[in-house]
Amino acid sequence: MYKIESKNINLFYGDHHALKNINLQMKANTVTALIGPSGCGKSTYLRLLNRMNDLIENVRIEGTVMIDNKDIYARGIKIDELRKKVGMVFQKPNPFPKTIFENVAYGLRVNGISNKSYIEERVTRSLQNAALWEEVKDKLKKSAFELSGGQQQRLCIARALAIEPSIVLMDEPASALDPISTAKIEELIYELKDKYTIVIVTHNMQQAARVSDRTAFFYIGELIEFNDTKEIFTNPQNQRTQNYITGRFG
Amino acid sequence: MKKIISYIINRIITALLYISGSITSIIVILIVIFLFSEGAGMFGQEPTEKGFILAVNKTNKVSHLSAEQTKLIFDGEITNWQKVGGKNDSIILFRMDNITDYFTEEQIGENFEHLPACISKVVDSIPGIIAFVGKTYTDKNFAGKELKVDKLTVRDFLFGQLWFPTAHPVAVFGALPLLLGTFWVSIFAILFALPLGLATAIYIAEVANPVVRNILKPVIELLAGIPSVVYGFFGLVVVVPFIQSVFNLPVGETAFAGSIILGIMALPTIITISEDAIRTTPRSMKEASLALGANHWQTIFRVILPYSSSGITAGAILGIGRAIGETMAVLMVTGNAAVMPHTLLEPVRTIPATIAAELGEAPQGGLHYESLFILGCVLFLITMLVNLAVEFISRRNKRVAS
Repeated sequence: MYKIESKNINLFYGDHHALKNINLQMKANTVTALIGPSGCGKSTYLRLLNRMNDLIENVRIEGTVMIDNKDIYARGIKIDELRKKVGMVFQKPNPFPKTIFENVAYGLRVNGISNKSYIEERVTRSLQNAALWEEVKDKLKKSAFELSGGQQQRLCIARALAIEPSIVLMDEPASALDPISTAKIEELIYELKDKYTIVIVTHNMQQAARVSDRTAFFYIGELIEFNDTKEIFTNPQNQRTQNYITGRFG
Repeated sequence: MKKIISYIINRIITALLYISGSITSIIVILIVIFLFSEGAGMFGQEPTEKGFILAVNKTNKVSHLSAEQTKLIFDGEITNWQKVGGKNDSIILFRMDNITDYFTEEQIGENFEHLPACISKVVDSIPGIIAFVGKTYTDKNFAGKELKVDKLTVRDFLFGQLWFPTAHPVAVFGALPLLLGTFWVSIFAILFALPLGLATAIYIAEVANPVVRNILKPVIELLAGIPSVVYGFFGLVVVVPFIQSVFNLPVGETAFAGSIILGIMALPTIITISEDAIRTTPRSMKEASLALGANHWQTIFRVILPYSSSGITAGAILGIGRAIGETMAVLMVTGNAAVMPHTLLEPVRTIPATIAAELGEAPQGGLHYESLFILGCVLFLITMLVNLAVEFISRRNKRVAS
């Protein structure tokens, strides 16, 4: 029983064949790392899972993506419902020009929740889950832009957690952060695993090794190897995987 | 050798840039100085026609009048001295022409040699008289009392409600109707243009497909290039008759017509600047909102518009700036009555229209001429404030975005 299951995925940007016949399954409450050189399709694959690619013009998708055994590209699927279930954290911290509180409450508000005490409770809980509560509890009414980059990224994670998704997608969440903030994010990912299924795109091999249970290696739109993280890093089956993780290219 | 030549060319270009920059700045400063210096002489002068004085009977307690009071007296609207602080006695007007009502031509003399004495007698004999006479006829034997008219002050200019720059015997310069006319027309223009412009900007930036956008945007930018006289013509031929028939008015040339035309003229500014602001909202901001389950409209109203609010404000203010300074179209459609506006459906007169309409007939160096320059200064200050507001807002925008 898989949480996320993608079968024979082909994706085209116009004429460009960006994903080639991808088959990938993820179990609930695991962390899956997607690694590979730039332009290999790992972010594209990630954005397939919450239909973020729909925003791009001229994109064509073949194959099926099942989340909780439902085809998310089937007709009649409500995209906003899907995105509520599949949260996303972006490469660069992108808080809204609002207060810290309102940033976290945003997802609840746009989903029609107006119960004040419930929102307050969710915001507090999400900030706690994102390990940010202690740092911001006295300045919830301050602008989110006053936070440091690392804090902003954890705020974005809290924002994604507030709507209680079951899957969290992370697109290089620590690439714009300093080592200490990165360590905090990684620690957080490890803790979040209990409640969420996490898919993380990363360029950082050590990060993938540290945080993930399973690792998928992408290369020029193809899924080269997908295995337990430990196996991938100690005993890669494919020559290209070995070359990549040992730093010979990419 | 090559090095020296390139060095010289460099220096020449630097010098040229420096010179053109200085010339531009100097021209701007000169215009401002010219504007203020031409108008500055106005205040502190008496608005009575040059070479004439107002005289009253010696027993009259009133020693000075405001320009407005004088005008109303000579228009016959104030008929009792009580109204202007004197005793209860009706006012009798006396102009030079009236002398023949009191004296025969023989008494005045063939060459008007007895005229001063006659005037003196008239003024002396009628207690309620106010005489508007040439200064040369009031020698030291003059039996009347000279009535001073209050000197022009900034306060009277800005808050006076009557604009009669060519009135006899005393010109009245109260610019309040013009100021209000300008604000009146501009504010309603913006009330009409802002929602429409903002909606169009949102449509172009967020909703329209690329084909529509590529057609619509150049068309809107083209609107900005149409000469204002053409807008005025359109207003005169289409909007004015329309308003006249819809509201059943005696004349269609109203503040409302001016507002509509100005609103249309401000649209390109508002649309272009707002649309730019909306489009500069980072993609990541939109994606963050969509990824949280917000739909397109929620994203527009809760993230994109707040994010671009300062750009939109700047567009609106620049639109107002354009509306305030616009001359020709307004001149053509607002009816140009320099009276205090009470409703939108009355003729009004704006400051630029006043300058354009009156400067040609104002004798250079006269009070009227100077008053128009003061109006120009007021307009300049208003538009400067508007531009400073834009500067302030866009600076705040940069701080938030960084």
